[in-house]
Amino acid sequence: MTRVLRALLGLLAPLLALVAAFVITSLVLISAGDPVGEVWSEILQVPETRNVANIVNQACVLYLSGLAVAVAFRMNLFNIGVDGQYRIAAFVGAVVAGEAWLPGYLNTALAIVCAMAVGALWAGIAGVLRATRGVSEVISTIMLNFISTSVVAYLLREAAVREEGSNTIGTKEIPEGSRIGPIPLAAADSGPTAEIYGFVVLAVLAGVAYWFVMSRTRFGFDLRATGQSTTAAVASGINVRRMTIITMMLSGAVAGLVGLPILFGEAYSYGSTFQSGLGFAGIAIALLGRNNPVGIALAALLFAFLEEQSNPLQILVGVSPEIVAITQGVIVLTVVISYEVVRRFLTRREQSRVAKAERPADPAGPADPAPTQDQEARA
Amino acid sequence: MRRSSTTLAALFSASILALTACGGGGDDTASDGGSDSEGGSDSGLKVGLAYDVGGRGDQSFNDSAAAGLDQAIEEYGIDPQESAAEDGESESAREERLRTFVDAGYDPIIAVGFAYEAAVAKVAEEFPDSHFAIIDSETVEADNVANLVFAEEEGSFLVGAAAALKTETDNVGFVGGVETPLIQKFEAGYIAGAEAVNPDIEVQSTYLTQIPDFSGFADPARGKTAAEGMFDGGADIVYHAAGGSGGGVFEAAAESDNLAIGVDSDQYETADPSVQDVIMTSMLKNIDVAVFEYLTAVNDGEFPSGITRYDLSVDGVGYSTSGGQVDDIADELDEYKQQIIDGEVEVPSAP
Repeated sequence: MTRVLRALLGLLAPLLALVAAFVITSLVLISAGDPVGEVWSEILQVPETRNVANIVNQACVLYLSGLAVAVAFRMNLFNIGVDGQYRIAAFVGAVVAGEAWLPGYLNTALAIVCAMAVGALWAGIAGVLRATRGVSEVISTIMLNFISTSVVAYLLREAAVREEGSNTIGTKEIPEGSRIGPIPLAAADSGPTAEIYGFVVLAVLAGVAYWFVMSRTRFGFDLRATGQSTTAAVASGINVRRMTIITMMLSGAVAGLVGLPILFGEAYSYGSTFQSGLGFAGIAIALLGRNNPVGIALAALLFAFLEEQSNPLQILVGVSPEIVAITQGVIVLTVVISYEVVRRFLTRREQSRVAKAERPADPAGPADPAPTQDQEARA
Repeated sequence: MRRSSTTLAALFSASILALTACGGGGDDTASDGGSDSEGGSDSGLKVGLAYDVGGRGDQSFNDSAAAGLDQAIEEYGIDPQESAAEDGESESAREERLRTFVDAGYDPIIAVGFAYEAAVAKVAEEFPDSHFAIIDSETVEADNVANLVFAEEEGSFLVGAAAALKTETDNVGFVGGVETPLIQKFEAGYIAGAEAVNPDIEVQSTYLTQIPDFSGFADPARGKTAAEGMFDGGADIVYHAAGGSGGGVFEAAAESDNLAIGVDSDQYETADPSVQDVIMTSMLKNIDVAVFEYLTAVNDGEFPSGITRYDLSVDGVGYSTSGGQVDDIADELDEYKQQIIDGEVEVPSAP
């Protein structure tokens, strides 16, 4: 019974959150004097094939970012530094791939490994600081973001090639043989084509690997155990310092993948206009997806879908594109709140059940809610 | 422990999103319906304007393009629609912006800023029957693309010379918004101009942020700190090419009783009255003229293509004289201007 109820509530919570977000966003639109009906009918239109491709591509990038954050979240580490990690990793990956020391896909593989290694090392700095000096990873990773920006800007200037008359700079282009070809969604004779990144396959594999490592290996168990109770982890013989460093590095390695779909599938070089801010979006997406590999994928698709609406909303409906960011923020908050509500409801139920079972003769109600079932409800 | 971490994360990401939302500013639909009320609204031209980050209302780069559009709205009664880029958006978002304009029947479409370089190249190829213009990029070569570029280094040379002629400490400064090749053109021209007047002059130079952090174009506090550092270091005139951060440079100049040089538009006219007196001159980059001339040609039934360079010879760049602070050196500046036009003086475009 409880199991069924729990599953039902698990479905209900995100649904409730979406409805609440819908209502709140509508209220924002009304108070801003925007045409609510037009906005929703534009957003809820069936997207064209090329828009679907854009959504999948953007979701692929956001998914990797969400995974990177989730790895650390699972151990109760808050890696705000995914942003800096993916940028420095994408830069190194771009330089390695652009230099093309190896032929064809060997070059691609080398670049991917280098990018992951750099991401891991960069995040590892915060891990080591936390493990040895007790520096909060929140502070150190956010500081490392700034350092990453400056380091990349400096190195980019050294490594940059610039086309005559262009106002952008970038690394050397990746040779054609090392690019990851797109998967066409629809063939077009003229006009825009609809292609999704070949890297989407690798993103799916990363998701599967995340699920496997977290829930089917001893390492994943240690990681989650440490996240839920450090003292219990120590008692059961887990080396928490070592876990902290390894987890941060793992999170950084996944962060190293974030920029690569763009790099190998579209931009072919790292330059002035390379997409920034993906790491911060990843935090919201990991939260929304509740650190679950499928949940993160859905969250990434939802965010990518909303972002794709920003242009039509602006051009066709005449609504400020900031409404998209507002909707995203509202969804994150409503999801967190609705899950909290469901969790408390279940905890209370569980407590009253236990109380009844233990003291069948005692007519008194359940004791004050204590977070005993906390971990189970969230795992 | 775990709970507080989740709450912290939720608050953090919500505030990031909120900040993104705030960053936009600008009233994107400001010119909606402008065509209906104006006289001579018979052209029926639908013009799409794709701004860079900041959009209309940034008091700088984008506003300058908007001014050109507004003039065209007034004179030709065109039907405009505007759309601004968001910070940290993907390449495909820029492409989609252009495609959405095409699908909605807008032609021509003007892309403001070099960030659209790749997007315009791609979308112009997809839609050969539509017409595009891009500002600040000359690499896109297509029959349906017009490249509107400026010789920022030439205008900067003149204000650099003006600074060198006016300084009493033989020490001047340059504050760039974001270190990009484009802003380096301003720096290179400024230094060359100052050294042309006085080879021994000291030019302090700094940038507020590095790629991909473009906040240096919209951070007056940081601009102020940078300029204060230069004034403390002996400079008495600071030139800024930092968009919205320039307001801070003016403040620093006003508080320390020094001078500043504006950029892009005649900032003596647009800046806060309290700092008006410190704006010795401004380097003019007439994006509004470029946009208006392009739309004039389109209104006459012709779609320009290829590179149009707005340099000193066509007054595409220059310096402003409002306030009269450079009137006494106007002859010398005009001499430099003529030498640049005649090719006697070559202005470097990279430091």
